[in-house]
Amino acid sequence: MRRWLGLYAVAFFAFLHLPLLTLSVFSFNSSRFTVWEHFSLDWYRAIFHDPELIEGTWNSVIVAIAATLISTVVGTLCAYGLWKRGSHLLTGTLYLSLVTPEIVTGIALLALFQWMFRWLHWHLGLYTVILAHVAFSIAYVVIVISARLRTISPNLEEAAMDLGASEWGAFFYVILPALGPGIIAAALLALTVSFDDYVITSMVAGVDSQTLPMVIYAMARRGASPIINAISALITVFFGLLIVISERVRET
Amino acid sequence: MKLRSWFVLPTWIWMVGLFAAPFAIVFAYSFLTRGVYGGVEHPWTWENYQRLFDTLYLTILLRSFAMALVATLLCLFLAFPAALFISRSPKHKNLYLQLVMLPFWTSFLVRTYAWLFLLRDTGLVNTVLQKIGIIHSPLQLLYNDGAVLLGLVYGYLPFMVLPIYATLERLDPSLPEAAADLGARPWATLLRVIVPLSRPGIIAGAILVFIPCLGAYLTPDLLGGGRTVLVGNLVQTQFTTARDWPFGSAVSMLLMLLVTVLVWGILRRESEQLT
Repeated sequence: MRRWLGLYAVAFFAFLHLPLLTLSVFSFNSSRFTVWEHFSLDWYRAIFHDPELIEGTWNSVIVAIAATLISTVVGTLCAYGLWKRGSHLLTGTLYLSLVTPEIVTGIALLALFQWMFRWLHWHLGLYTVILAHVAFSIAYVVIVISARLRTISPNLEEAAMDLGASEWGAFFYVILPALGPGIIAAALLALTVSFDDYVITSMVAGVDSQTLPMVIYAMARRGASPIINAISALITVFFGLLIVISERVRET
Repeated sequence: MKLRSWFVLPTWIWMVGLFAAPFAIVFAYSFLTRGVYGGVEHPWTWENYQRLFDTLYLTILLRSFAMALVATLLCLFLAFPAALFISRSPKHKNLYLQLVMLPFWTSFLVRTYAWLFLLRDTGLVNTVLQKIGIIHSPLQLLYNDGAVLLGLVYGYLPFMVLPIYATLERLDPSLPEAAADLGARPWATLLRVIVPLSRPGIIAGAILVFIPCLGAYLTPDLLGGGRTVLVGNLVQTQFTTARDWPFGSAVSMLLMLLVTVLVWGILRRESEQLT
């Protein structure tokens, strides 16, 4: 059985990784079709001549950074607040926000914004996307940080306070540094889910605030294109590097 | 300990303002009448919920359930041997785990698009099959239920591997050994000892896969090409092209109810069995 398991594992990992690998390989193909002609970087060049892609990337970067910063701060504070005195209502709500189908969250937020705009003369824009992304990222952050907090001895904080630290000082100088790796992991998770989200974003983004996934999606619905292969390969490599670097940082 | 209560306040504000409030609005909308130019109007009505029992919508709901169920089962069968392999490998465990996690970190949209690229008429699969001479004209591999199922399984497979691996890792190795000592063959040990003992992981993985599959919107839209209408697409259509917000709201409420009851019910049953 051992040998079968090994063979199966090879097939399993091939199934998991070959699609993305072939996708990336063909982004270097000069032909538009899936027949190898010769190596070319034309499709990568084409990315930089596509104003929609450039604008979408900028919007996505702005949204992802803003949403990550806000949700990491808010979520970290929340996880700490729930550490020694849990709240079933709040944890329940957070879990509920996780299991809610994305499309339902999307239309609900759209309904809220449209309802508010009856009185306020605002429009959907990047800020509505940021608000929505924070709303669905907080739960991820709270879960990651809470898991990390469970490994920290509660005595640590009490020791700091016995030695004269204020409640705030104990949090800032003792707990927060101990949470460091957890905060990095949580922020990375928030960054990836925010940068990747299409479903919720497409409901709450304004006409002038298309994010990168929205641009890619619109292109993909018109059919596959080597430009999408190229941008997909870039996204994959970028996040791959980000994860590798963060692992290194955590180990040192 | 006043500081702590202030710390949860921002999350409360966000969850009430951007999670509870939107759902309160959707709940209210689901009892209103569709406006002439979209939007909602009075009077209050039960009609939207009555329409859910229309055969057309019941079929969509059942199809979504069936798709999610089949996708979950496929994930389970594919993930279990892989999790077993990782938990039994003497070294490189972390490497294998990271290989499972890696797709999770790359974009879901990109991974779905990869199948669009591979399965299209001029895609790699059709090109290779034609070169070998197995087929002469491209097969229609995209825009059907099979493609959607493939996309769902591919997208959520890591969610099934990790929890199963976690329970297998915690499994007391003396139990399978005892079964073997008592004369059980490897397959019998696997099916009658290891699989039943990894139940918590299987349940957790099944929830993690079934729930997003049930409400899936992106995969059926991209790989099903609008031909495979699942309940997620139904909600989206009502809020965009059909402009029937009240009915879309009723469908959303039903979907939320199903998801919540399902998760709550399973977790409750499981925790009862543990105690």
